[in-house]
Amino acid sequence: MTDRRKFILNMARGVGLAGLAGLTWSAYVDEVTSKKIILRPPGALPEKDFLATCIKCGMCVEACPYDTLALAKPGDNMPIGTPHFIPREIPCYMCPDIPCVPVCPTGALDQKSVETEGKLDIDKSEMGVAVIDDKSCIAFWGIQCDACYRACPLLGEAITIEYEKNERTGKHAFMKPVIEPDICTGCGLCEKACVTDKAAVFVLPREVALGKAGSYYIKGWDKEDEKRLEDATAIKTKTEISKRSAIDSLNDMGDLY
Amino acid sequence: MKKLWDKYRFLFLRRTVQISLMVLYFGANAWGWTFLTGNLSSSSILGLIPMSDPYAALQMFAAGALITTNLAIGVLIVIILYGLLGRVFCSWVCPVNLITDLSSYLRRTLGFNEIQKRQPATRNIRYWVIVISLVISIFMGVTAFEFISPISMVHRGIIFGLGFGWAAILIIFLFDLLVLKNGWCGHICPLGGFYSILGKYSIVRVDHDAESCTACMKCKEVCPEVQVLGMISKESKQVSNSECTNCGRCIEVCDDGSLEFSIIDRLKQK
Repeated sequence: MTDRRKFILNMARGVGLAGLAGLTWSAYVDEVTSKKIILRPPGALPEKDFLATCIKCGMCVEACPYDTLALAKPGDNMPIGTPHFIPREIPCYMCPDIPCVPVCPTGALDQKSVETEGKLDIDKSEMGVAVIDDKSCIAFWGIQCDACYRACPLLGEAITIEYEKNERTGKHAFMKPVIEPDICTGCGLCEKACVTDKAAVFVLPREVALGKAGSYYIKGWDKEDEKRLEDATAIKTKTEISKRSAIDSLNDMGDLY
Repeated sequence: MKKLWDKYRFLFLRRTVQISLMVLYFGANAWGWTFLTGNLSSSSILGLIPMSDPYAALQMFAAGALITTNLAIGVLIVIILYGLLGRVFCSWVCPVNLITDLSSYLRRTLGFNEIQKRQPATRNIRYWVIVISLVISIFMGVTAFEFISPISMVHRGIIFGLGFGWAAILIIFLFDLLVLKNGWCGHICPLGGFYSILGKYSIVRVDHDAESCTACMKCKEVCPEVQVLGMISKESKQVSNSECTNCGRCIEVCDDGSLEFSIIDRLKQK
């Protein structure tokens, strides 16, 4: 075999092997990053940026005085080495000095996002949002329980109690806990406090639990929301279907019947 | 006793450094020590001096992350440190070295080297892995190698709890023992490759004196990067290949005193 041929073959082999390794590797990365239900420490960047920025040093974990945070271990089926917490085991106790955030060397935990006027403010953190399963929440059955309400560090703000007449007995009231997602930080103290077998109130990442109405809908009764109309532009929808063929398609039922 | 020290002094020192670092990191997490916090990816000495893995930072950069000042300073300190000392991370710091050295020792003593003489892989795989890791980092927006790095799994495992990390340890151990001699550290590990590149102009080098050499080749037997010892018994010169980890095993096993660490020679050459 000529040297030239050998060289070309070797190069081709190298490139092929690199492609093979690269594809296998990417498949693995794609797999481990697919898990969406992971709760991050306070101030964490949006998940996508977080995964690019976290260096997995564990300094936030070491700073946490309650051992809330843990680094994902091999076998946890999460991006390995990234910090997370499981509120039903140990929730975030919302330290006012937020020791876990300033120690982050890479800014994956963004101090600015948990500051009000240059001062640390844990109430601004958005680790997740609590969600209530009203089928298993005994307060919705009519049994008096306000464990989550009492446990909430933003008592009366993030969780409020809604009174409602209990028609079944005719003389009692339901005292239903209601989450205010704009205020809830997702610390998980409610989840930890919940008395049911499997918590009826639990924290989910905000991207998972919250919907998005989009820009088409405006609260006409809300002066602030109404302002969005001022900059609104109309989008005219154009389709390829001509008027005639549209009528034909209505008349022609084809094989439908 | 004197002889024992002579024959194992660097090995002893290396193990001491490797284990002490792990103990300090472990203590920081378990008992709140503040001397050395974090882990080998990024750490902080006394909360003042940052140190960060430049290869991890490079992947972060590729993934599109913003590099903070703190991280940049940490990276710079590490680059200067290993830029001067050479690839010492691998033999003096990295805990995986304990595993692969055990494999390599067992290979020699059990005779696996005898039944498998051919080494079917190139030592340049590590540089390919660096390239692939950066490409994946760019396209997937994650620090690709940090997601699979057995090095991080091991040191993180020691400091924060192992989980299934024992499997990573076992894989490396068996791979080096049964598949490829010095397989992980000497062929595949991109971090080792990265520090090889970084140590290109390091001032600490092993120096060889061919006059006193009896060509017993004990050094080549223990060297994990045997390609760096090409000049043994032929030419009196320093190891120039920066894939040398400056572990000092060749110096210890030499019965003729033909190998020694040197710094000044290097400066003279320039």
